[in-house]
Amino acid sequence: MPTVTPETGGRAFEPGLRPTLELSKVTKRYGQVAALTDVDFSVSAGEVVALVGDNGAGKSTLVKAIAGTHRIDGGEIRVDGHPASISSPKDATALGIETVYQDLALCDNLDVTANLFLGRERRRAKSALLDSEGMESQAKAIIADLAAHLPTLDKPVSALSGGQRQAIAVSRAALWGSRVVLLDEPTAALGVAQTAMVYDLVRKLRDRGLAVVVISHNMADVFAVADRIVVLRLGRNAGEFDPKTARPDQVVAAITGSDAIGDVA
Amino acid sequence: MKALLPTARNASVYTVVIGLAIVWVVFQLLNDNYLSARNLSNLLLQIAVLGTLAIGMVMVLVLGEIDLSVGAIAGVSAATLAILITQQGAPAWVAILAALGVGAAIGLLHGTIITAFGIPSFILTLAGLLVWQGVQLAVVGDGGQIPIRDEFVRAIASTYVTPAFGWVLAALVVLGAAAARVVGRRRRIRNGLAVQPVSNEVVAVAATAVFVGVVTWVLNSYFGVPWVFVLVLALMLGCSVLLGGTSFGRHMYAIGGNREAARRAGIRVKRTTIIVFVLISAIAALAGIIEASRQFSASNALGGGTLQLNAIAAAVIGGTSLFGGRGRIYHALLGALVVGSVQNGLDLLGQPAAIKNIATGVILVIAVVVDALGRRRRIARGATD
Repeated sequence: MPTVTPETGGRAFEPGLRPTLELSKVTKRYGQVAALTDVDFSVSAGEVVALVGDNGAGKSTLVKAIAGTHRIDGGEIRVDGHPASISSPKDATALGIETVYQDLALCDNLDVTANLFLGRERRRAKSALLDSEGMESQAKAIIADLAAHLPTLDKPVSALSGGQRQAIAVSRAALWGSRVVLLDEPTAALGVAQTAMVYDLVRKLRDRGLAVVVISHNMADVFAVADRIVVLRLGRNAGEFDPKTARPDQVVAAITGSDAIGDVA
Repeated sequence: MKALLPTARNASVYTVVIGLAIVWVVFQLLNDNYLSARNLSNLLLQIAVLGTLAIGMVMVLVLGEIDLSVGAIAGVSAATLAILITQQGAPAWVAILAALGVGAAIGLLHGTIITAFGIPSFILTLAGLLVWQGVQLAVVGDGGQIPIRDEFVRAIASTYVTPAFGWVLAALVVLGAAAARVVGRRRRIRNGLAVQPVSNEVVAVAATAVFVGVVTWVLNSYFGVPWVFVLVLALMLGCSVLLGGTSFGRHMYAIGGNREAARRAGIRVKRTTIIVFVLISAIAALAGIIEASRQFSASNALGGGTLQLNAIAAAVIGGTSLFGGRGRIYHALLGALVVGSVQNGLDLLGQPAAIKNIATGVILVIAVVVDALGRRRRIARGATD
């Protein structure tokens, strides 16, 4: 069985050290509109953090800042304790940060293996030719490792179900992400069984020692997979909860800004 | 095992092959000479230009773009070739390289404008059609055509491989196919992947050998394998490797399938688009050279008429999708064979051009409907393309 992590390297999982990804006092403005104001956020290896908030709370902006599609205007991003500048998606991927977009960003006309290696195809030694067999074998290994339920790898992904397509996108993140995986609304379009499968995948990412961020609207999602819940409201931090002790209505109150819960930090 | 069963991917190929078989049987019943070695050899000469243009067309269609100017580019390139040879006295190889260079430069211009301004390729190449047809008219001048007397250029489309060498080429093709299978199989085993039973591989190679043998035998029983057919096959092989075997080709499919996903995956969409337009225009220039060789001249009508529409038709009839992301280089040859077979058959029956155009149009509609139905089926399954 070949190892499944690519050159970026699989690290030994060491919990309890400094956060893998740490954002402090991050600010982002679109013209006059402040999308993020002094937001602090962190996630550690082997941890699933749920990032929740209402529409316009700044979740997407924060994700885009981490994924490199938008540049932050102020504040600091640190990766493994070192200050990092993320100004393009390439910077993010070079730091081992992978994003699973809500629309999955899959090419329906390509097969599973081609999608896993999209833009990062392996070549045969000393040749311009694709190493199709090497890629297929590596794809097989990562999919087996995640126990993602996928049929044959050589069919176009248009033939697959929504859950299977989500599994491909998550597998791609697992294949390339060596530090952080961001999932944007991973269960938005899925049925019950497929949602459960995605939860399993998220837990497997965490167990591989990745820092996982799940952006969601869905309280069921959040309480099912998260180790920590971070709430944003109107572009600011609006509370942090431990799903083992907090109740969903407390989180909802923080999201909506309701005063009913007085003890929200 | 599963590779032998028809999958969604190659089911359409069987449809085209069956369609081609029906065309051949019907025309043979109507005219005994249709499937003669002489007529089949002529058919290959007739579709050389169409097939070459269709190869380029498959490439832009895979990218999700289109090029309406290939006929005019062929015309300008052929005129360049003729002027350099006949009026400037340049050697054939210089003139051929210059003609290909003119084509590539036009493609570079098209690709750059399309990507720099985000203009639909449909519009830009429509404008290109007008511009380059105008340039062709101006360059060819009042005479209406420039004769080409160079022996080498004239030989491209009118000479045949000697029968013995034809068999050597056939053997090389079969050996190459076998070698590719052996290498692929070894690589799959080394990577711990499932392989087909050896018997399947042997049957596939044997089928290739029989097919290549029959084609060679038929052509050898007339004048031999036309050199221009060897040229088109070599171009096909090169383009197939580019599309199917390199990351550049993979990126073309990705862009045609989901442009935004390709961009987010770090694929350089604009650069790839420009290169593809350079390639199709250079291929169009090659088609222009072949046509000039067939006509022994470059006329102001070369590449005009329905030629480039037939090239699009051939690519689509062969199974390449108009919606981008789906298509193989061999679709060009299959489609050109269908279009050429119907036109050749109607010629043999003494039918006028009107009937040929109508027949080609009807076949194109059938092919596009098949393409659209396939797309609708994929969308119904939840695909987003």
